[in-house]
Amino acid sequence: MVNYEPEGTRPPPAVAARGLTVQRGDRTVLRGLDFTLEPGTITGLLGPSGCGKTTLMRAVAGTQAEVTGTLDVLGLPAGSPALRPRIGYVTQAPSVYTDLTVRQNLDYFAAVLHPGRAHRDTRLTAVARAIEEVDLSTHADVLAAALSGGQRSRVSLAVALLSTPDLLVLDEPTVGLDPVLRRDLWDLFHRLAADRGATLLISSHVMDEAERCHRLLLMREGRILAEDTPGALRTRTGTGTVEEAFLHLVAEAASRGTHPEEPTP
Amino acid sequence: MTTRTAPPAPTGRALNPSRTAATAARVLRQLHHDPRTIALLLIVPVAMITLLRYVFDGAPGTFDAIGASLLGVFPLITMFLVTSIATLRERTSGTLERLLALPLGKGDLIAGYALAFGAIAVVQSALATAVSVWLLGLDVTGSPWLLLLVALLDALLGTALGLFVSAFAASEFQAVQFMPAVIFPQLLLCGLFIPRDRMHPVLEAISNVLPMSYAVDGMNEVLHHSDLTGAFLRDIAVVAGSALLVLCLGAITLRRRTP
Repeated sequence: MVNYEPEGTRPPPAVAARGLTVQRGDRTVLRGLDFTLEPGTITGLLGPSGCGKTTLMRAVAGTQAEVTGTLDVLGLPAGSPALRPRIGYVTQAPSVYTDLTVRQNLDYFAAVLHPGRAHRDTRLTAVARAIEEVDLSTHADVLAAALSGGQRSRVSLAVALLSTPDLLVLDEPTVGLDPVLRRDLWDLFHRLAADRGATLLISSHVMDEAERCHRLLLMREGRILAEDTPGALRTRTGTGTVEEAFLHLVAEAASRGTHPEEPTP
Repeated sequence: MTTRTAPPAPTGRALNPSRTAATAARVLRQLHHDPRTIALLLIVPVAMITLLRYVFDGAPGTFDAIGASLLGVFPLITMFLVTSIATLRERTSGTLERLLALPLGKGDLIAGYALAFGAIAVVQSALATAVSVWLLGLDVTGSPWLLLLVALLDALLGTALGLFVSAFAASEFQAVQFMPAVIFPQLLLCGLFIPRDRMHPVLEAISNVLPMSYAVDGMNEVLHHSDLTGAFLRDIAVVAGSALLVLCLGAITLRRRTP
């Protein structure tokens, strides 16, 4: 189902990191990561809370300070002004105005993305489509404060869909959603990748969602434990699920003692 | 010969009028959903000035002097409070981070806030000035329009200060504490209670560098003179300049990348 280009003519990666390191205060949160995200694919970012998933996503989105190493996003250094309209970044906590309605929130962010009277129709279309995509048509004129947590995070996601971004960075987008909605959103993510050629980086700690990704980045304590397809990870570790594969890799890493500087919890 | 240049940044350094207007409209729309705040913003200054009128019932001259100054102080204080909480919310809710990850200039955001709260301040000051002059008999020699102009500049100064201090507040509790810290010293030293030249020389020197002193001086110029005096022009220039300076400082506190 993944349409990889034949070897040699492969397009440049959507995201390429070499020696990516992030310092927060006196703590090193990311420790020299190397990875690439191929365009038009969905990459799942998995790992226990506190392992650096959000920091990695903020670095890609260009909002993280104290980033060292190389991090190219869509061919430009992460954080370049030209990238701003091309990346959709959705934080874990829904970042929308709770004292505005769903539509008013989207109208405002659309006006930031497509300013001016000339783009009025573009804005109207984008807002209507984004509301449709996150299935909030019946709640379009409800104040965000009056929505449930899951609905509010869908408003936040809708904001990111306004600009038809080339890269979507989604921090735990399906937390607190019911199974039907989760399935619908994952269908949407696959449509975005297949039809628009968008690249998606999606963090989760729900391991069964990992099976729906094209590739996985397994993280632990600021390092990448493994980078592969879900199937290859299961085969390599001789396990039946990604969850078991992850636990297997954690145990393997611990027995090799790759993190002697880390205090054991 | 062709040279490859970097793709143009989607936002220039200058303001984008559409984005600024959209931001101002959004701030006003948020207030629109909060009618109680609007009512408080409009009614409290009128109520206070009415209260003051009857506190000085036996001394109308004192009411004239203090009342005119207070018409300049109210918009400064209320806009300071409203802006510091509004921008603190913007910082803590993640919407600021989101906006700065979009092609929005910092200037657009700040000018949007200044426009929205400036508009509120015009309505607030117009109401308080109209009630003072026509109902409470505030005796102003100059034009009430000039009072309104000073009040508007004071409101912008309040917006600028509020925006700036919100960067140093981690919670609403801290933000409201900045009100006494930033505003009260200015209130004590601005000449509201006693003419500034009768204070201790050290305090007078301090009051000379605080913008609220010029706001009150400007109001007093309008109170006593029928024409535009040089001192009045200097006073409003100082208030406007301070507001602009603090707005620029506020822009520096908006960081696209945060630790």
